[in-house]
Amino acid sequence: MSALIQPDQMPGKATAAAASGSRLAVRRFLRNRLAVVGLGVVVFFFLFCFIGPLVYSTDQTHTMLEQVNLAPSGSHWLGTDAVGHDELGRLMYGGKVSLIVGLAAGILATVIGTLWGAAAGYAGGWIDAVMMRIVDAGIAIPALFILLVVSAITTPGLTGLIVILGVVSWLMPSRLIRAETLTLKNRDYVLTLRAIGGTHARAIARHILPNSVSTIIVAATFQIADAILLVAYVSYLGLGVQPPATDWGGMLSAGLTAAYSGYWWLILPPGLAIILVVWAFNAIGDGLRDAFDVRGRG
Amino acid sequence: MTTSTYLLRRALQAVAVIVIVTIVVFCLLHALPGGPARGILGPQATAQQIASFNHEQGLDKPLPVQYLYYLNRLLHGDLGTSYTLNEPVSQLITERLPKTLVLTALSAVVGLLLAVPLGMWQAVRRNRPVDYVITTLSFIAYSTPVYFLGLILVLVFSQVLPWFPSQAPQGDTLAQVFADPQALVLPVVAGAASMIAVFSRYMRAATLENLSEDYVRTARAGGSRSRAILWRHVFRNSLTPVIAMLGYYVPVLFGGALVVEQLFNYPGMGLLFWTAAQSSDYPVLLGCVLVIAIATVAGTLLADIVQRLVDPRVKAGRA
Repeated sequence: MSALIQPDQMPGKATAAAASGSRLAVRRFLRNRLAVVGLGVVVFFFLFCFIGPLVYSTDQTHTMLEQVNLAPSGSHWLGTDAVGHDELGRLMYGGKVSLIVGLAAGILATVIGTLWGAAAGYAGGWIDAVMMRIVDAGIAIPALFILLVVSAITTPGLTGLIVILGVVSWLMPSRLIRAETLTLKNRDYVLTLRAIGGTHARAIARHILPNSVSTIIVAATFQIADAILLVAYVSYLGLGVQPPATDWGGMLSAGLTAAYSGYWWLILPPGLAIILVVWAFNAIGDGLRDAFDVRGRG
Repeated sequence: MTTSTYLLRRALQAVAVIVIVTIVVFCLLHALPGGPARGILGPQATAQQIASFNHEQGLDKPLPVQYLYYLNRLLHGDLGTSYTLNEPVSQLITERLPKTLVLTALSAVVGLLLAVPLGMWQAVRRNRPVDYVITTLSFIAYSTPVYFLGLILVLVFSQVLPWFPSQAPQGDTLAQVFADPQALVLPVVAGAASMIAVFSRYMRAATLENLSEDYVRTARAGGSRSRAILWRHVFRNSLTPVIAMLGYYVPVLFGGALVVEQLFNYPGMGLLFWTAAQSSDYPVLLGCVLVIAIATVAGTLLADIVQRLVDPRVKAGRA
């Protein structure tokens, strides 16, 4: 899965050029109401997951058989799960994993994709051709299939999970950054740098990447949204973090059978949390793209 | 570049991509504990059996030589043997692939039929309430894990309201699948949801772009009615890139089918892949990956060709 919801990936459509006035971009972003709501949702969930447990302390490690599958009540606002964990506390506890893994994997994917795409676009010729065919080959195998194959071979830890998710999802950003690099590499300032003896690495580091920063930030935002969504699939595919640790996807998979018994509080909260956070990052990405977009500025 | 050189170049690129995929799959096969011998002989094989098998099959030869053997077997349609079902992988896939194709095609058609008008409606009513509502719903649909959506669909439309069965049609033949259209409704809806979200966004973007083109202003100045312009010019010009996107969307459709088939117990390739993963049936897993990759590459190639042939601007190198 990738940031396919981004209409900028339409074939034959140029990506936005770098923004010049960052203050103007901020003002344009704040005018986009959906994006601002998205930002609020993200801030809320970070506070909820990282500060929340300090205020609302629950036991998420021990099995408590005397309070299994309790419906929501005054003492357990969202009820309890199949081993007696408080569901509201678990939502905070699991959210930490979902947010950290999603954020880290999304950023890792963007970094790999940026370096790959910039190198391919800048090099051009057969190097570019080979590098982009490798990207095509990666896109040809859907991430869910690769993750399921990996789950048949091994069960990774938290860092391993981040690396695996990053490695399966860097392909789309690499295409975007390559397209950006192609338009930038023949600009006068790059040619001048080369003429006075600057190295290729310097041209990429000092000119290509800084000028692609808006594209990179927008790509990263969509990438994080997709990574959080992918994390939700991870437990379902058998790659999830090991109990008693969990994440929103793990809570959802664990609640799948429970839902048929009418324990709705085990699936709706994690499901809605995933939808809200992924939606929020997509809305932010949308707002950022419009804010940075030069064409729409007139 | 003339059209024929372009087509030739694209075809060569597609072949290169497939070669890279086979290298990846070959490497995966060799990265498995015990190597391909373990994959073919099964987890119970002794070290001696593996050694003699390796010698017989040329697996003690250098890796590049082995890769050529592997390619040769692939070209003859030999994908190895499943060691849980004890059937050739190619046969397993030929039995199940048509069912997956039917399910994904149905989802794609339903998705497009809804997404295209929705996207155009949004573009025409840009920044009005309708646009915001559909945008928000699209993002929600896109943000929902397919298995969560499927679960909600089953709970609401199968448990609470007993309208549709919670299982997809069973049976080995396509006729049996079509014999029970009611049972197809929930799987198709679950598969189409994110598609509607993504393609209504594309259609909205494409329509907006076309509405701002000079020819629209010219037509309007010439006295054409807005509705006529929209349907006669903008619709066609916007639809082409969106249809082409369908080719690039093939991997996502297959990814969705993987989950939908597992969730609704639909006996297609996704479910075959899923059960193979549970039993570490590597020949089946890698065979499916190869088939899906080839389907995706073919889809992308087709999309590029369609765009090239249908959209005159691509030919002129403008778009």
